[in-house]
Formats: sequence, structure tokens, C-alpha cells
Amino acid sequence: MADISKSAPQSDGSVSRPPTAFEYGYDKSFRFLTFFAGLLIVVLLAYIFWKIGGLAAPAMREYGLGFLTTVEWNPNTNEYGILAEIWGTLYSSFLALIFGGGLGIAVAIFLTQGFLNARLAWVFRLIVEMLAAIPSVVFGLWGIYVLIPAIRPIANWLHDTLPFVPFFSTKLAGPGMFPAMIVLSIMILPTVAAISQDAFKAIPMKIQEAAYGMGTTKWEAIRKVIIPTASGGIFASLVLGFGRALGETMALAMLIGNSQQVSLSLFSPATTLASLLASTFPEAGANQIGPLMYAAVALLVITMAVNVIGTIIMSYTSRQTVT
Amino acid sequence: MKIGIFTKGAKVAAVAAAMVVSGTVAQAADTSLTGSGASFPFPLYSAWFKDFGQKTGIEVNYQAKGSGGGIEDFTNRVVDFAASDAAMNDEEMAKVDGGVVLLPMTAGEIVLAYNLDGVSELKLPRDVYPKIFLGEITKWNDEAIAAANDGVDLPDEDITVVVRADSSGTNFNFTNHLSAISKEFESTVGGGKTVPWPKASNFIAAPGNQGITATVKQTPGAIGYIEYGYAQQTNTPYAMLENQAGNFVKAGPEAGSAALASADLDENNVAFITDPKGEQAYPIATFTWMLFYKSGQDADKVAALKEMINYGLTTGQTMADKLGYIPLPENIIEINKKSMEEIGG
Repeated sequence: MADISKSAPQSDGSVSRPPTAFEYGYDKSFRFLTFFAGLLIVVLLAYIFWKIGGLAAPAMREYGLGFLTTVEWNPNTNEYGILAEIWGTLYSSFLALIFGGGLGIAVAIFLTQGFLNARLAWVFRLIVEMLAAIPSVVFGLWGIYVLIPAIRPIANWLHDTLPFVPFFSTKLAGPGMFPAMIVLSIMILPTVAAISQDAFKAIPMKIQEAAYGMGTTKWEAIRKVIIPTASGGIFASLVLGFGRALGETMALAMLIGNSQQVSLSLFSPATTLASLLASTFPEAGANQIGPLMYAAVALLVITMAVNVIGTIIMSYTSRQTVT
Repeated sequence: MKIGIFTKGAKVAAVAAAMVVSGTVAQAADTSLTGSGASFPFPLYSAWFKDFGQKTGIEVNYQAKGSGGGIEDFTNRVVDFAASDAAMNDEEMAKVDGGVVLLPMTAGEIVLAYNLDGVSELKLPRDVYPKIFLGEITKWNDEAIAAANDGVDLPDEDITVVVRADSSGTNFNFTNHLSAISKEFESTVGGGKTVPWPKASNFIAAPGNQGITATVKQTPGAIGYIEYGYAQQTNTPYAMLENQAGNFVKAGPEAGSAALASADLDENNVAFITDPKGEQAYPIATFTWMLFYKSGQDADKVAALKEMINYGLTTGQTMADKLGYIPLPENIIEINKKSMEEIGG
């Protein structure tokens, strides 16, 4: 108490005082600034939508909703459809979410629940987060030169022994869904792991102590108390990770095989909206610009929808855990 | 409409800024030139411009953004010249005020690179390789391939076909060649910068020449089409192809020149040699063009451009072979020298 009265800038010696005009103005302008920054983001998003949508509008009128349900991209005959791209985008991201998300949460539990001493956990955390610093192209090259040769024998063994399983119904020649999914999983791992760790760390010590006090084992505490309490944060990390996977471009363009097919097989080449845009846009003729913009709008809508739905579910579940 | 004007304005501003910067840097030189377009001849052009700049003090800034982007910049008049692997079509030329001069500045060959253990020489007949790219021949030991390759031990391996994922001039020239020699290819896939390749699990698309090269090198049993220069630089084996005369020819400067010799340029200096005649002609060869304005530029620029073209047609041609391009035949150089007179102020 004495410390505070010594350091606090005050003239009349009392602890409470009305804010000065400067503090008042400071507060006001800070509020204005944050409001402005918030508004700017909304305007920016609206501007992107308006601009891309404007360029896509002629193609939307011409191709309608059939664009979303057909599989063909032929500028020579002006037939365009992006079903294969939508499928590939969602399928690869979903698979990455299962593998990368599961792994990310496991890493977060491992690093926060006292399995390691604090210093070692800090080093591990740093290393996991450093994965986020590896450029997409490097992941792509690593995929081509290291990952694919390593997984090819395993994949082809799976295909030879279990050809009737739809996931293994084709051979893995090289690039395809499987290597793309593994690289995507690694790419979303740091996002999921970092945010989940924050969620775990935010759990008050008292809750864990209470759980142990009730006589739970470590695993029971993690399973029944820690994870449900942190579920809001974990879910947020998964939504962010999924969003990251949906928009990933370069590594996928290099690894997924860019083939317009809708197939459940993990070993078959596929394609995504982002890689279609990246590879076709630079040399696109006038007749392709409209359909490409339409595909961009589709990607934007999918990404936004995932985030909005994720946020809604999150606010719903967090309300449940609080009450 | 507004959007178009805005982006156009932004581009003009960006290029203007770039020219101001380069202008102050190269103050000693009389003038500097900017160009953009095709990426396929970029390794050669960048060697030219570097040497040309040292010899004459004229700085040439070339941005390899792709043929389509080059044509767009050229039409918007934000560059002094552009380059395109697919020349320009009539519609595109009509959009340029003042007129266009197209000069075929160099040429290349497209090879079929493959990855087969222990097979150092592979012959692919005319009726076979279109079928591979149609997905009809799927095994390396297929009878049709074996028949042309006596004494070669072809493995019982699946063929993985690697095609271009991006839109490109290489794609344009390769698919037009296949369309020219196979009716079936023409009707199901067709020729173009982007084409609908068969949707099969053994068809993989990779971005760029380097993407295809890397994928072929990493994938046992793969075959893909790349520029001759890329195959040479990366030591990737490539197949001998059967030409119209029925000979199996390996890509190289002589076979390329023989293919170009049969080219018949139209009044715009455009010719696509989709299926060259000639005993020793390599079947897939292509010119690549530079695009210039007929009018609407100042005299200094015109002089600098002509100096650059002259350099490309003389000293420039001697560098072609080493970098994997085909030196232009004498008759084409003569046509170019005549046509460049049309470039004016």
C-alpha cells in the first residue's frame, strides 16, 4: 500500500481522484482508435467481397449453381465446374484436421500437464511453434523429395493388401491426397498446439487440485476435467487450423497432384480451390478470369462459413461450461 | 468498369515508378527498356540482356510473368516490348493501337522426359505417345512400346503421366502437336494453354517446367513433357520420338533447326510447327516471339529496341545452344531483320 501511494502521481494525497482531462481524452481517443480499427476490418472484408464478387458476377450469371456441381475445367470449350476443387479442399482440410488436430491437442496435453519438466516443455513448445516459420514452398519440396519416397512403399502395400477399402482403392504414384494431407497436418499442428496450450494453461490450478482432491488419477483428471474445461479454446484452435488448411496453396499445389477428380481414395491425386487459382491465374485468358473469380468467391465463402459456424458453436459451448 | 480503370491506373503508376527509379540509376545510359512476358525463354533472354547491358549501357528490365501477362502489359502500353510463346492472335493484335510487330527471337524443343530404371534409350512411335497422354497405354511393357524398343528391357510398371498444372505456352505447343498427330487426342483433350487431361489416378499435374522435372525425377515409371533445356540441365533422360517421316529423332540443336526450317511464317511472322516435315526434324519444336509497337514511342526508344533486336539476332543466337535453345535458321533471321524496320516512332 505504501508503495503505491509513493509512486502514484497525485497531489492531494488521496488514493481516488477524478480522471484528468488528459486521461479522459486519452481514453476517448483510444476507444475511437479501437473502434476505427474494428470498423476497418469489416470494411476491408466487405471491400474484398465486393471486388472479387464484382469480377465474378458475369461468370455467376453465366454458369449459375451448376458451376459448383460439375467437374470440368476446359477453357477451349468454356466449360467450367469446381466440384472436384471443392471436394479436394474440404476433404484434404478435414483429413488434416483429424490428424494434425489430434496430434496438436496431444502435444498440448503433453507439454502442459506436467509430463516434462518446465524448462524442457518450454524448449519443446518453441520447437513446435517453429514449424509455423517454415515456408510453404519448403514443405512442398520436403514433401516431393523426402516424404513421398518414404510413404510410397507403405501406401502401395496398403493398396495391394486392402484394395477393397475405398481409401486405398488406387496406387500412390507420387503426389496425391495422402502426402498433401500429411504436410497439411504438420502445417496446422503449431496453430492447434499453441492455442490449445494457452487454453490448458488458462485453467485455474484450483480446478485441477480439486479433481485430484476427489481422488482422480492423472488421466481421469485430464479426460474428465481438464479437456472439458479447455474445450472452448481447443475448439477455437481447431477452427483456426481448419481455416489455415482450407487456404493453404503452395505446398498443396506441389503435392496434391492437381487432378480434377472426386475420389475417396487417399492415394489418388486431387486438387483444391487454392491450387487451381494459384496455378491457372497467371496465364489465364479473358474467358477464364470470370470463372476463376467465381472459384475465389466459393473459397472465400467456404472459409468464412467454417469460421462463422465455428465461432457460433464455440460461443455456445463456452456458455455451457461457464454456467 | 471503375475497377478496371483503377487497376490499369495502378499498373501504369507502378511501371512509371519503376522507370523513374531505373532511369536515375542508369543515368549514364541513354535509355532503358522494360519488357515482360514468357518465362520459357527467360534463361536465354536474361543472359542476353546482361551481356547487352554491359556492352551498350542500355539497361533492359525483363519480368518473366508468363505469356498472357506479357500480352496484357503490352496491350496496356506499360512496357516497351513483351514476349509470348503463343505469339498473339488477331483479336489480341487488334486491341493494340498503332499496330504490332511480332519477331520470332528464339525457339525451343519439348522433350518427353521419363524415369525408368536401367532404360537409357527409349523410342516412342507416333501412334504411341498420344495414347500415353490419353491414358490408354498404362504399362511400360505394353506391346506397342515394346515393338519399337527391341532389346530394351521394359519393366512391368505402371506409367505415371505428369502434366502441367498451370496454364502455359509449353502446354499450348505440346497439346497442339498431339492434336495434330492424333485425331482422338484432338477430339477428347484438344490443344490449348489449359486442357482437360484425362481424370485418372495415374495422371498427376505439377506446376511449371521445374515442377514436372522434379516430379518425373522422383517418381519411378513417370513420363512428362518439359523444355529441352530443363532436361539437359537436370540430366533427365528423354525419349526419341518418331517424326512425320518415320524416323526416330533425339532432341538437339540440329534436329530442332531441321524442324524450324520447315516453318512457313505468315504475314505476321507467326507459325506453329505442330508437325514438322523433314527427315531429321524433331517433332515438337516451337518459336517464341517478342512483341513490339509499330508506332507511338520516341525515337531513342526505337533505336535502343532495334539495337537490342540486332544483338539478339547475332551475338544472342550464339548463346542459344548452350542454354538449351535452338539457334534460328538463316532465313528466319533475314525475315526478322526485314520486319524490324516496321518498328517506328
